[in-house]
Amino acid sequence: MNNFQYSRATDVADALSQIASDASAKFIAGGTNLVDLMKYDVEHPSRLIDISHLPLTKIEETTAGGLRIGALVPNSDLAWHPLVTERYPLLSSALLAGASAQLRNMASTGGNLLQRTRCLYFYDVATPCNKREPGSGCPAKEGINRINAILGTSDACIATHPSDMCVALAALDAEVHVAGPNGERTIALVDFHRLPGDTPQRDTNLDPKEIITAIELPPQGFSKHYTYLKIRDRLSYAFALVSVAAALRMDNGTTRDARLALGGVAHKPWRNPEAEAALNGQAANTDTFARAADIVLHEAKGFGRNTFKIDLARRTIIRALTQAMNGTPQSQSSKKIA
Amino acid sequence: MARSHTAPAAALFPGLISIELTVNGAKVKLDIAPWTTLLDALRDRMGLMGTKKGCDHGQCGACTVLVDGRRVNSCLTLAVMKDGAEVITVEGLATDGVLHPVQQAFIDHDAFQCGYCTPGQICSAIGLIAEGKAKTPDDIRELMSGNICRCAAYPNIVAAIQQAMDAS
Repeated sequence: MNNFQYSRATDVADALSQIASDASAKFIAGGTNLVDLMKYDVEHPSRLIDISHLPLTKIEETTAGGLRIGALVPNSDLAWHPLVTERYPLLSSALLAGASAQLRNMASTGGNLLQRTRCLYFYDVATPCNKREPGSGCPAKEGINRINAILGTSDACIATHPSDMCVALAALDAEVHVAGPNGERTIALVDFHRLPGDTPQRDTNLDPKEIITAIELPPQGFSKHYTYLKIRDRLSYAFALVSVAAALRMDNGTTRDARLALGGVAHKPWRNPEAEAALNGQAANTDTFARAADIVLHEAKGFGRNTFKIDLARRTIIRALTQAMNGTPQSQSSKKIA
Repeated sequence: MARSHTAPAAALFPGLISIELTVNGAKVKLDIAPWTTLLDALRDRMGLMGTKKGCDHGQCGACTVLVDGRRVNSCLTLAVMKDGAEVITVEGLATDGVLHPVQQAFIDHDAFQCGYCTPGQICSAIGLIAEGKAKTPDDIRELMSGNICRCAAYPNIVAAIQQAMDAS
């Protein structure tokens, strides 16, 4: 780890003023990803601005009937919060599918959004990587790419976003509240993360001088018909090969409002409005689910060692929508797939 | 400039920061570089070798300690960020020579072989029991998945935690 300066921010305004004065400083909250990346010399900030003591730890109901989650709420507290387990069990389930109990105790809600890809070449500073060093190349395309993307890739980058939480937040139409030098703004979660294009070094649309203050959930929590189905190489404590957040509003066997978000397949949580529209107003069954899966995956592209993911994703989508329809969400404990 | 022998190191080396932790019930003052992890502070500065460095990347759980009652990976925790916190390591679990129920359960069930992961397993299990979410062996396995045992003593670890959980 490189040597760096350390300071504590006293409030959000102080945090913004500290980050504005040092272009190579970084905020630190839970630190679970940043400290790890510093140990690998992928990140080497001049200064860490400790925001972990800022008063952004509340979970509150909004006047609109939704939920506002402070950016510093630890992942474990969010997963077990009664309002989340009762009204947004999809979010709770996705959180519990990710990382380990220790890491969830440390990791913050805002930091989860900002975690970086686990692409092997991004982590290995002895190899080129366009995300780490723009213009240096992408060995993943022809290398060990089992965990890499099949949707929305570019010539420059085939990395995936590793979060489980963000996949559920994307399905739930969450919004990200941020503060910056020009005041506050709100970014839809589905627009928060970027596709790699020719600027894979930028993971998100957050400006480096901005800070995440909260995540807001709308009232609809899909607590009856949902699932988070995560397929991975180990039964626990592994990143997704493919994960699917499925949420349905059902009316007598007909799908009224379908949400389908995929993790482990793209540079951002992957939603496809066309696939969701194809489900709405239709009978909920394996045929309509398969059609939706085909729409999601019709432009999928494999890179050899991850090509299996296209068929895996198709089957995971159908299984997840079936679990959601039946009201039998995937247990994150027993692991038997319903 | 004259320097007093009693001046804190942090005053002499501007990179160092003064912090105070309560470790296993005792107050500890340290002048520490910001890049020092809690794990290195415990082992190298306080001589508490019970907490183990396994992967040093938050993947194995050997470094698990309790900070303000919650289980965390001390290898990914910067000590300066925990100024004022209460830390409990495996050395702080027994009282007056009597083992903590989780320590005793690990012995009762022979829940280890080489023992390297055991301090982390035990601290993690104490955190798990305090969280109160595990009800079944499946739950224990899932909620202990952040602690790797390369000797694969897992069935006995689950049995030990079940015993301690039932008794708590």
